[in-house]
Amino acid sequence: MPQNIRFVEIAVAGGGPAGLCAALEAAAAGARVVLIDRNEKPGGQLVKQTHRFFGSRAHHASERGVNIAREIAGAAAAHPNIEVMSAATVFGFYEDGVLGVEQAGRIFYLKPSRVIVATGAAEKSLAFPNNDLPGIYGAGAVQTMVNVYGVLPCRRVLMVGAGNIGVIVSYQLLQAGVAVAAIVEAAPRIGAYWVHAAKVRRAGVPIYTGHTVKRAYGERELAGAIIWQLDENGQPVPGTEKDFAVDTICLSVGLSPLVELLAQAGCRLVYAPQLGGHVPVRNAELETSMPGVYVAGDAAGVEEASAAMVEGALAGLHAARGLGYVQPDFESRRAALQQQLHSLRSGPAGEKIRAGLAQVLAG
Amino acid sequence: MLATDGIPTAADLAAKMPSPERLAKGPVVMAECFQRIPCDPCMHTCKQGAILPFQDINDTPVVNHDRCNGCGLCIARCPGLALFVLDYTYSDTEALVKIPYEFLPLPAPGQTVAGVNRSGEAVCTARVVKVTAGEKMDHTAVIWLAVPRTMAMEVRHCRIPERGESIG
Repeated sequence: MPQNIRFVEIAVAGGGPAGLCAALEAAAAGARVVLIDRNEKPGGQLVKQTHRFFGSRAHHASERGVNIAREIAGAAAAHPNIEVMSAATVFGFYEDGVLGVEQAGRIFYLKPSRVIVATGAAEKSLAFPNNDLPGIYGAGAVQTMVNVYGVLPCRRVLMVGAGNIGVIVSYQLLQAGVAVAAIVEAAPRIGAYWVHAAKVRRAGVPIYTGHTVKRAYGERELAGAIIWQLDENGQPVPGTEKDFAVDTICLSVGLSPLVELLAQAGCRLVYAPQLGGHVPVRNAELETSMPGVYVAGDAAGVEEASAAMVEGALAGLHAARGLGYVQPDFESRRAALQQQLHSLRSGPAGEKIRAGLAQVLAG
Repeated sequence: MLATDGIPTAADLAAKMPSPERLAKGPVVMAECFQRIPCDPCMHTCKQGAILPFQDINDTPVVNHDRCNGCGLCIARCPGLALFVLDYTYSDTEALVKIPYEFLPLPAPGQTVAGVNRSGEAVCTARVVKVTAGEKMDHTAVIWLAVPRTMAMEVRHCRIPERGESIG
């Protein structure tokens, strides 16, 4: 069946913090960009992040994620060089560099000269008996229901995972009037920033590190969960069980980079557990092993949104330069972005990221 | 301890506490920020230069308490809600604790609430003296709580009591 293929300069797959900043940076250099996002409104995970961000002024520090989304999605929508396709999914990356896109039941094809993949990440799950009972969700799903759609799916929650997402979503559930019975974390230490942990703790939520879910229970839907302690070898200790009557369990046990498009494109992937799973090998310009294919944000390795925004900008800057769109202050802009990314990752909180990057940076 | 249960230890707190002499002089900030993370809005917000310039964005705030005038502008700017202003000069029996607060409904001035410690326990009654929640504060209110002087180092949160609940 003959198909029309539309030639475009830069296609950005994913309109979260990385994709939006990639589009804005490339457009600022003069390139024409098509930004494809599967949600009704771009912004990615930022649209449900009602908390204030860390970072520095250059990364919108102290602004709430939802406001940052409004700001950068608004800038992208208003930019004459950026075409935003919402509710559109890139479903295929063909051998000749053609992208298949679906929008409102319509299929069409784009042939971009450069592609920036900023598809983000998906929530991981956890195996335990009865984990298929209704009432067991990914924490991000509950955060979307509560913060984006104003739907309260629960009254009393057990949060599994004390990383930033688990602790932040717990706090936001408290704000929405939900009781949080406890936060359970298998690791011996809290992974979230301690300031986040301190604020849920003083709001009355106990945090059980070195504990995991033994089983969930309930007849037709979740009625509660038993947790138990783990010893130093990670083995459960019988006799340490605690029972929580809850109608909801939120799982916040990590994210996996969404690299399917990159795999289809033929990009070399390596397994870097510190970055969440399989991620593409790339150079400092965020170009993958496939020339002209760039990656940014959680698809390149799971980390904070502030880093995703800077990474997106770097990918956009270089993808545009590859097409001859060179900002007059290219070198200083690049140096500033690289410096920002370096400082975000330089502290102890960035140790895991640095270890992961050491495995995937080439050239 | 913070890394295992989210509660700072006495030693953690001692390192951040303004001196007794400074506390006796009037309102002053206590920055309960204990972990090196990439974050610096407090330093940029302080108009007095009391939060010393960072060498690195991962630095924790170092406060020159003599420069701090206790204005509290930093309280609502801290993404970690980790900054508090203490005023032991409020009265002979009570001290003021100014806390960030992001729950609705907001307590009202004059209302009696539970003073809650860092572990989430109600430890005393507290009187709401003032509530600031301007547009610039973007939904982080600052609540001024009058608490018994002995509780000023304990109370870091407050809770509106449920109907019929008696506190402390």
